[in-house]
Amino acid sequence: MIIGKIEDGIVLDHITAGRGMEIYRTLHLDELDCSVAMITNADSVKMGRKDIIKIGRVIDINLDVLGFIDPGITVNIIRGGKLYKRERLTLPKSLKGVLKCKNPRCITTVEPELVSEFRLSEVDSRTYRCIYCEALAQLP
Amino acid sequence: MDKYLIMKHCIDIKDFTVDEINELIATAEDIIENPVKYAHACNGKKMATLFYEPSTRTRLSFEAAMYELGGVVLGFSEAASSSVSKGESVADTVRTVACYADIIVMRHPKEGAPLVASMKAGIPVINAGDGGHNHPTQTLTDLLTIKREKGGFSGLTIGICGDLKFGRTVHSLINAMSRYPDVSFVLISPEELCIPDYVKEETLIPKNIPFIETTSLDDAMPYLDILYMTRVQRERFFNEADYLRLKDTYILTPDKLKNAKPDLSIMHPLPRVNEISVAVDDDPRACYFRQVRYGKFIRMALILRLLEISV
Repeated sequence: MIIGKIEDGIVLDHITAGRGMEIYRTLHLDELDCSVAMITNADSVKMGRKDIIKIGRVIDINLDVLGFIDPGITVNIIRGGKLYKRERLTLPKSLKGVLKCKNPRCITTVEPELVSEFRLSEVDSRTYRCIYCEALAQLP
Repeated sequence: MDKYLIMKHCIDIKDFTVDEINELIATAEDIIENPVKYAHACNGKKMATLFYEPSTRTRLSFEAAMYELGGVVLGFSEAASSSVSKGESVADTVRTVACYADIIVMRHPKEGAPLVASMKAGIPVINAGDGGHNHPTQTLTDLLTIKREKGGFSGLTIGICGDLKFGRTVHSLINAMSRYPDVSFVLISPEELCIPDYVKEETLIPKNIPFIETTSLDDAMPYLDILYMTRVQRERFFNEADYLRLKDTYILTPDKLKNAKPDLSIMHPLPRVNEISVAVDDDPRACYFRQVRYGKFIRMALILRLLEISV
């Protein structure tokens, strides 16, 4: 299967196999008016299998959200058919406005316009805690 | 998150380094020895006590502390008597109050509310308790008590008895004391109220703090330097039947103290229900009412620190 190179856009590489659709939905890629290609279960020397997403335009991507969902992703910015910039994601140290605290006793359940914020509490287990009540984040 | 760790607020006991806690304790001890020296330290300063849920004991302690520093107090003691009853947010309330006061003390039933206040107020905020989450000034009180009663923190075996699951003062005390050398814990509770796993996994185990879990207060008693009794809190139970079944599990009586060390210190954050018999009150090892008094002094030290007042 051959999918052509993009001239200007973004390639999300090293997506964990099977996670491509989740990324697609989270980034609302269905709402774009440019070409978007998703390859699932591509061969990978590093990972065995991987998903890849190619987006035919440079768009703003929330790298924290992406890093939270799949921290192994590589974000490649393409300009003029060449690699312009490469970002290797890591687990974000904090997540603002991404997750909702499910603790009914948390102030975020009643305080108007208070943006939720979770901090990375433990790297190995990808544990995030609400900065307000320290409840564990419910991961997607 | 780092900007909220600047020493301008007291939201969580973890906001303080060991050195900062030691400084607060030293100030509190100086206040105890030299009260006149501090009697006008806060002249012209106003403390706003914003108590969204009732707490006579903590509120009076803060108010006494401020008055004994020469300051004054304003505020509300329950949400119904403030604009909170009209639906005003915490952020708006503290921004308004900050126009009138120099420091805010807040108790709120929602966890994290004092943190929100500290982000918005522009003046120092002290967390006087947020739901079942944090109560840092109780921990500071406990630490000052231990310092006064035992002379220091190292080398102590601390027994904590009762509700170890829902008791915020327990978790906070374990966290604070774990920072001192050669400390060990004996955790005494019914199985349903044992210490949560995250306290063991995030504090005791990583720091190699020796601890034992037991259901028997009698077995633990001979080994303890401190016995910290706690109330089984009705308000933390969803099920009244469970509360009734567990509330009388541990009752400290003079008889139970027969095998205790002669220099044991018996502490309790109060209020008590029946977990310490009044017959224990006259035992010189019972220091829970001295503990109440120490609470006022450590709050005085904290107020001075946050208002950056040196005497």
